[in-house]
Amino acid sequence: MRISQLFKIALYSVWSNKIRSFLTMLGIIIGISSVIILVGMGKGTQKEISDQISSLGTNLITVSLTKTATIDAGDLKELKAKPGIKAISPQITSSNVNVKAGSKSSTTTIEASNANYAEIKSYTVNSGRFITNRDVENRYNVLVIGTETANNIFGTANVVGETMYVSGIQFKIVGVLKSAGTSTTGSSDDKIILPLSTAQRLLKTSTISTYYVEAESQAKIDTAMSYLKMFLNKKYALRNLATSTTTDTYYRVLSQTSLLTTATSTTKSMSNMLSGVGAISLLVGGIGIMNIMLVSVIERTKEIGTRKAIGAKRKTILAQFLIEASIISGFGGLLGVFFGYAGAYIGKTFFATSIVISSNIVISAFAFSVLVGLVFGIYPASKASKLNPIEALRFQ
Amino acid sequence: MSEILNKDFLIKITNVEKVYKMGNGTFKAIENVNLSIAKGEYVAIVGPSGAGKSTLMNIIGCLDNVSSGEYFLDGEDTSCSDNKLAEIRNKKIGFIFQNYNLLAKLSILDNVTLPLLYLGYTNKVAIEKAKTQLEKVGLGSHIKHKPTELSGGQMQRVAIARALVTKPQIILADEPTGALDSKSGDEVLKMLEQLNNEGNTIVIITHDRDIATHAKRMITVRDGHITSDEINNKEVRL
Repeated sequence: MRISQLFKIALYSVWSNKIRSFLTMLGIIIGISSVIILVGMGKGTQKEISDQISSLGTNLITVSLTKTATIDAGDLKELKAKPGIKAISPQITSSNVNVKAGSKSSTTTIEASNANYAEIKSYTVNSGRFITNRDVENRYNVLVIGTETANNIFGTANVVGETMYVSGIQFKIVGVLKSAGTSTTGSSDDKIILPLSTAQRLLKTSTISTYYVEAESQAKIDTAMSYLKMFLNKKYALRNLATSTTTDTYYRVLSQTSLLTTATSTTKSMSNMLSGVGAISLLVGGIGIMNIMLVSVIERTKEIGTRKAIGAKRKTILAQFLIEASIISGFGGLLGVFFGYAGAYIGKTFFATSIVISSNIVISAFAFSVLVGLVFGIYPASKASKLNPIEALRFQ
Repeated sequence: MSEILNKDFLIKITNVEKVYKMGNGTFKAIENVNLSIAKGEYVAIVGPSGAGKSTLMNIIGCLDNVSSGEYFLDGEDTSCSDNKLAEIRNKKIGFIFQNYNLLAKLSILDNVTLPLLYLGYTNKVAIEKAKTQLEKVGLGSHIKHKPTELSGGQMQRVAIARALVTKPQIILADEPTGALDSKSGDEVLKMLEQLNNEGNTIVIITHDRDIATHAKRMITVRDGHITSDEINNKEVRL
């Protein structure tokens, strides 16, 4: 018997039991579509995070101090003179700060730094100007405002020269930031930027635990990082050969590249985990196929007996049932791919979830679904092929 | 008997025994059976239920192997693999069952085409042959119908077409009229008779001596033995 004829017979048998075949497929459909959506979501998050990190500039080095240390203006000057280092910005942040203008108030986040900050963080001022070093030196009560915060309390982004209150203290708005859109970490436009010294007085703090350092170029990042570490080791009186586990308890120096690697590996393990969940549902779907095929073999005992009586060989019956199982799972896989795409589309359009579907995952998910049918079809098919024709014909 | 002794035997069964395991013991369904059937014969195997005629039919039909003894079909030893037996059934035997055993979900054309597909014919050739065969049994206009849309007599004619379509050496009919009313039953018997007149070898298994008298030779089985083997006297039949 020819394979194409077997296919026709198997297809016919699947088709003549439409509802049951569809219900059997459901497990595979759900499995495949969830694999596609989940892996797509994992990939999407990965892409979003890496885009976000690289948008911050690849020359950026972040220094976070775990144990506080005083790094004064002289230190900063000394560091800036080191090879590879272009600019340094200390940063303090404070969230849930009350801001008010006229009768409207809101809460927002303060970022405070110096004049280099705009360049380091790739901030652009839409109107007005950014914080200057003069503002920092003189502790002027000026601020640069994000468009969303401006809209929240003024109802417009055209607010340069206006006066507003931050924690009850009067400030003058000198600039408005260009909108940067929203990201996974929330809106990038809901913030105000203050001169470092002004913010220190306002927040009553002198501790600075984050410094942004811009390297002269991407190639100079390693040089800059080693100078920074040398400086910090000296500051904390650590020996230069101290291991990273030791230094980690005092400070961390991270480049965007290392951040990217960490973030990528985190999201990668997340997407592996998600595909694992999908694989389990595929396994369950496969068991469902086996279950139904076994029932079907019993139900069709007489058919099998008749086929054998008129000359079907064992391998012909085996092939017929195997093909049936793989048609169910393969077709389920196709529908799963379809629903996966549909789900991804819905997620993107209505929930702004970032989902990236690669053709690799679609092809391997489909191939896997056919494989599931073959593997879980073997037992029922071999059972069918081994039926004794006499007993099968007598079966009622 | 003497006139057929010299012919080449199509079925040659020598000292055949079939033993079934029943719980702890064994059960001899047939023993010491010797039987020869020549090409072109019309034989009825008759006997009460439980006499062993079904076992004999299963062996003749290559659905089962003998426990001991020999069975040559068309000069070929049938003590062989499952696979080979399926091939023999496919090529040399046409089955007609009491309850038709048509595949309910397939059209009658597909039912008749199936043995040809198992033989390895292409769809086109197989469908052509099946159509011709269905026309011969008078169902040429029903080929797209499902078996359940037909009467019992029509279904049995489909089964006959399916049995004939591979041009087998023997037509093996197991109680072919058992599920039919007497009119359709007579039609089926008439058709078998005509097939025999065209040169087909026919073996019919029945418990009904009246039906057996339609055959030209009647073999009686009782308690696992052949108790008589006689040429039917046509006059007895009315």
